[in-house]
Amino acid sequence: MGGYGAYVWGSYGVTFVLLGGEVLMLLKRKRDLAKRETSPRLATRNPKLEAS
Amino acid sequence: MSVRSINWYKYAAPANFYPLAGKMIPSLTGITAVLFIMGLYLSFFVAPTDFQQGEAYRIIFIHVPAAWMGMFLYVLMAVYAGLGWAFNARLASMMATAISTTGAVFTFISLVTGALWGRPAWGVYWVWDARMTSTLILMFLYVGFISLQSSIDDPRRADRAGAVLALVGLINIPIIYFSVQWWNSLHQGATIRIANKPTMAPTMLAAMLILLAACWMYSIAVVLVRVRCIIREREREAPWLAEAVA
Repeated sequence: MGGYGAYVWGSYGVTFVLLGGEVLMLLKRKRDLAKRETSPRLATRNPKLEAS
Repeated sequence: MSVRSINWYKYAAPANFYPLAGKMIPSLTGITAVLFIMGLYLSFFVAPTDFQQGEAYRIIFIHVPAAWMGMFLYVLMAVYAGLGWAFNARLASMMATAISTTGAVFTFISLVTGALWGRPAWGVYWVWDARMTSTLILMFLYVGFISLQSSIDDPRRADRAGAVLALVGLINIPIIYFSVQWWNSLHQGATIRIANKPTMAPTMLAAMLILLAACWMYSIAVVLVRVRCIIREREREAPWLAEAVA
C-alpha cells in the first residue's frame, strides 16, 4: 500500500468491524426476543423498562 | 403484476409488512455479499494507483459511500419520522427508529475513515472545518435521536419527540453538502455531481458506485431485520403476531 497500509487497512478494518458488530447485535436482539416470547414470565415485561 | 396494481397502503400495516420484510431479507443479504465482493475486488485489484495520493486514496471507496449513506439515511429517517407523526402511522415511526442506528454507524465510519485519510492527505487527522464539523453534528443528531427515543417509555411519545428532533436536524443536510462551496475547507469538493461529468477514472467510479450499492443493500437488509424486531416488541399483544412468528 505504498507506506499507507495502516490508514487503508485501518479504514476497511473499522468499517467491517462496525458493520459486523451491528449484524451481531441484531442477531442477539432477535435471539433474546425469541427467548422472551417463549418464556411467559418474561413476555409480559416491557423490554424498554427491562433494559434500564 | 404491474407496480401500479400493488396496493402499497396495505403494507403500511405491520401485520402485512412483517411477512413481506421477512421474505425480502435473504435475497437482500445475498445481493449485499455479492456487491461487497465485487466492489472490494475493483477497489483493490482493478482501480489504478492515484498519481497524486498514491495508494492512500483507496480509502475513498469506503469513505464516500459511508458519508453518503449517513446523509441519505438521515433524510429517510426524518421523512419516516415525519410521516409517522403527521399521519399517526406507527410503522413509519418504527422504520425511523430502525434506520437511526444504521445511519449512526455509517456516519461514524465516515468520520473515522475521513480522519484516517486526512492524516496522509493533509497531515492532520482532524480540523474544525465546515464539512467535518457539520458531519460531526450529524453524528450527534443520530445519537440524540436514539438517546431521546430510548429515554421515553411510551413508544408513541418517543416517536413524536424523535420526529421533532429529526425534522429540525434536517437543516444540517444541505449544510454538509454545500459546506465545501460555502466556506473555505481543507476537504476536497464534490467529485461526482448530477449535472456534470465525474472527475475520476471510470474504474474508480465503478468501484465506488458498486460499494455504494452494497451499502444501500446492507442498510435495507439490516433495517428490515431491525424493524421486524421492533414490530415484535411493540405489537406483542397482537393476535396476528403469534401466527406470523410461529
